Amino acid sequence: MSDNPEFVQIRHAQKSFGKLEVLKDISLNVARGQIVAIIGPSGSGKSTLLRAINDLDPLTGGEVWLDGTQVNKSLPHRQYEKHINAMRQDIGMVFQHFNLFPHLTARENVTMAPKLLKGLSDREADALAEEQLDKVGMLERIDYYPSQLSGGQKQRVAIARALAMKPKLMLFDEATSALDPELVDEVNQVMKKLAEEHITMIIVTHEMDFAAAVCDRVLFMDQGVVVEEGPPWVIFRNPKKERTRAFLRKHLENAP
Amino acid sequence: MGLDFTVIPKYLDIVLLGGLWTIGITVAAALLSFFGGILFAVIALYAPAMIRWPFKVVEFVFMGTPLLLQLFLIYFGLVQIGVDLPAFVAGVIGLGLHFAVYNSELIQTAILSVDKGQMEAARTVGLSRSQALRKVVVPQAVRAVIPPIGNNMIALLKDSALVSVIGVSELTLSAQRAIGATYRPFEFYLLAAAFYYVINLCMEWVQRRIERRISLSR
Ligand SMILES: Nc1ncnc2c1ncn2[C@@H]1O[C@H](COP(=O)(O)OP(=O)(O)O)[C@@H](O)[C@H]1O
Ligand SMILES: [Mg+2]
Repeated sequence: MSDNPEFVQIRHAQKSFGKLEVLKDISLNVARGQIVAIIGPSGSGKSTLLRAINDLDPLTGGEVWLDGTQVNKSLPHRQYEKHINAMRQDIGMVFQHFNLFPHLTARENVTMAPKLLKGLSDREADALAEEQLDKVGMLERIDYYPSQLSGGQKQRVAIARALAMKPKLMLFDEATSALDPELVDEVNQVMKKLAEEHITMIIVTHEMDFAAAVCDRVLFMDQGVVVEEGPPWVIFRNPKKERTRAFLRKHLENAP
Repeated sequence: MGLDFTVIPKYLDIVLLGGLWTIGITVAAALLSFFGGILFAVIALYAPAMIRWPFKVVEFVFMGTPLLLQLFLIYFGLVQIGVDLPAFVAGVIGLGLHFAVYNSELIQTAILSVDKGQMEAARTVGLSRSQALRKVVVPQAVRAVIPPIGNNMIALLKDSALVSVIGVSELTLSAQRAIGATYRPFEFYLLAAAFYYVINLCMEWVQRRIERRISLSR
């Protein structure tokens, strides 16, 4: 799988909101097909790091690369807009609060961007919507509006919407945190399925069991730095840093 | 001289025709005020200052001066600079722009209150800012303000009577003509009022249908 160990590269990422330094020199490589979990206490900068990858929160220092192209390269404003819009088509993102478009049906949520940006015909777009919504188990509700769906269903449609652009990389920012407990599993199942398809994913999560079961690597972040990283069996069973242990004691049943 | 409604049938066609003109001018001005309102709102919020400021002036004129004066200005004033508009067109432009400014205020507020996750989600799939506005933010904002825009449109219907002053033979002016011929103001004003009421009911019915249609997509 690791034909390209530097598929995603974050080099010396630094981010400040005014005087508040939220990311402090973070570097990270993700291989093609790899699945990385980011865990850490609230406010440690997980979302900011994820949002820096597709430039929703532009870095104040450092570089982000995807598949050999720099995402946040410096270009004149207009050219940069073109460049970043193209890059973002390759980077799917799933939000904690779904952010589905409420005025569009599930089908239209999925097809809007492909139609607009890739010029798909109505028929091609419909086939795409059916394929992607089937993948997340939402085919029966293809013509429902978000207001007619449960939280778990909304999130599955949001995943289908991101997948419809055939991204090279998927980012998940606490995709199940806003869900009622009984709806978490249906979304986790979908994400597991994507893992089996070896889609490159970076997953911010507070679900340690899920991270342990699905991810190849786990990063523990605290106060804007990566404190420790490694395979899940090391991070969860045998972490080296005291900060990691302290965090896991709060979040794991049988913490080390 | 008591009330005598038997004079009505003879002049009914005049008043009816006036009613049709009122409907025509209201529908045309309502459409202009709706799409103009969206355009003004987007300009007010996002256009560069060079474009925004002239629009602010237009906005001030249409909000801060009487509609009657605006109609005079468009119909009589513009002729002087070589723009000779038919009365109907001048009336539609005056009414339409006047209410476009009010609709724009509503839509601006609504645009700003669309959840910012919507813009982010749209940008994340690769849409440009203007694509995201057009496809995601503005449609939601407009849906949110359909009820108050509907109220503005009812006000527009009532204010359409003002275009009688520039000679459009709409409902009020037609009633006056019938009165001129019969000296029966009460009967014909009452008839005109009944017509306005019916048009009003139709507009409310259309508004309810639109609201029901979009209720799921909110
Ligand atoms: N847009 C912003 N403006 C100012 N501060 C922000 C902004 N976004 C995040 N922060 C701050 O950055 C820190 C990290 O936030 P975040 O990345 O959301 O953490 P996490 O996702 O790990 O909970 C927090 O202190 C948060 O208050
Ligand atoms: Mg977060």
